[in-house]
Amino acid sequence: MNAPLLRTPLHDLHVSLGARMVPFAGYEMPVQYRAGVMAEHQHTRTAAGLFDVSHMGQIRLRARSGRVEDAALALERLVPADMLSLKPGRQRYVLLTDPQGGIIDDLMVSRLDDWLLLVVNAACKEGDLAHILAGVGDACTVEAMPDRGLIAIQGPAAGAALAGLAPRAADMRFMDVAEFDVAGVPCIASRSGYTGEDGFELGMPSDGAVRVAEALLAQPGVAPAGLGARDSLRLEAGLCLYGSDIDRTTSPVEAALEWSIQKSRRAGGARAGGFPGADIVLVQLRDGTSRRRVGIAIDGRAPVRGGARLFADADGRQPAGDVTSGAFGPTVGAPVAMGYVDAAHAAAGTPLFAELRGKFVPVTVAALPFVAPGFKR
Amino acid sequence: MTVYYTKDHEWLRVEGDVAVVGITNHAADELGELVFVEAKDEGTEVAQGDSVAVVESVKAASDIYAPVSGTVLDFNTALADDPSLVNREAEAEGWILKMRIADAGQLASLLDAAAYAALVG
Repeated sequence: MNAPLLRTPLHDLHVSLGARMVPFAGYEMPVQYRAGVMAEHQHTRTAAGLFDVSHMGQIRLRARSGRVEDAALALERLVPADMLSLKPGRQRYVLLTDPQGGIIDDLMVSRLDDWLLLVVNAACKEGDLAHILAGVGDACTVEAMPDRGLIAIQGPAAGAALAGLAPRAADMRFMDVAEFDVAGVPCIASRSGYTGEDGFELGMPSDGAVRVAEALLAQPGVAPAGLGARDSLRLEAGLCLYGSDIDRTTSPVEAALEWSIQKSRRAGGARAGGFPGADIVLVQLRDGTSRRRVGIAIDGRAPVRGGARLFADADGRQPAGDVTSGAFGPTVGAPVAMGYVDAAHAAAGTPLFAELRGKFVPVTVAALPFVAPGFKR
Repeated sequence: MTVYYTKDHEWLRVEGDVAVVGITNHAADELGELVFVEAKDEGTEVAQGDSVAVVESVKAASDIYAPVSGTVLDFNTALADDPSLVNREAEAEGWILKMRIADAGQLASLLDAAAYAALVG
């Protein structure tokens, strides 16, 4: 990486809060603050953590016809999700697929009044933009929104914290989207996140990001949390990290993300197929796949991390799969991991062995998530 | 009682022909909260610079290298249940292992406290 690291609108605030800044996806980002990863994780599960996710890409998709339904239909050329049925003020988890059924990126799509807001992974945003433009440019304008910040507030105290600044937030349910002012800054809020907790993601003009962050941090129970805590929180919540748990070599069905493919896009549906790799993905939906993403509970205390190989036997003779993410889970109080295993070993409770520094340690296939979600349904 | 340091942020305290080995306060701070510590089995012979233990923080696993050649004698079993003892007392109760020093001459290749302090600034 030769390019200088980019900074988010909250950079100086992070530094003033004692953050340890690290390079991440081309940005200088806070991996932790003074409290440390463990404390920030626990605080998010018990109160509320404030995360800067301004490095993520925000994309505005608008139909040339002016009808947002046309933008939704155009986007369906690129994704296996039902975009047409997404109601105004609602959000959906969506995958961009490639012709082999691999995953180009995972993203959140929100339907606003007359446009769609896409939030994509930081490392993917340039590629996604080009891909989406090539795919729907005839029907839609596709605009990057680099002049916007994105702040997540997550945890059981998040609802009260945001409602204290914007009472309308209290009326939102999980995956609702609304526009309102926070601390005098116009925000687009979704009641969603990447921790398994109740919470919100707030997009706003860059020059208002500090004001929103400071107002939230002044609310009871809100403390800053860094990328370190974000990773252990999402892992306990069973959520995929693009580039580790999903990528172009994994399909939505292998990744156990078929819940993101609504009925209308499946065989027999009103708009079945019609997305890249549909021929492969629809067959996988019918027949299953030879491997499957699962949770991996670790019997001992030693964390098993991404890249570790899994075996069916204690001597490492029968390969069973690979770990794609692993870390100590502070809420679980033990190491947790996820990975891909052969279908024969994918049932929860299946004992396996992970290769760890030349030894084979016992692990168990586990249902995801490891921690029950706190969503406000 | 003589304490030596390495460029890799281990410390070593000489007690006769035995070395007590741990990681420095600086290293413990840099790593963050430790969640797991494991040393090579007792009786394992290691050469200077070989991996002799591993410490895992919330973020990542890091090797601990043998400051001198020798034989692993003992692991600090308090760390099995409470790895964060290293964060609290890295250069005292949070020691990681003891080893029998094979070649005391290697001690001369290590840093003293002043040189280590200069290294970490």
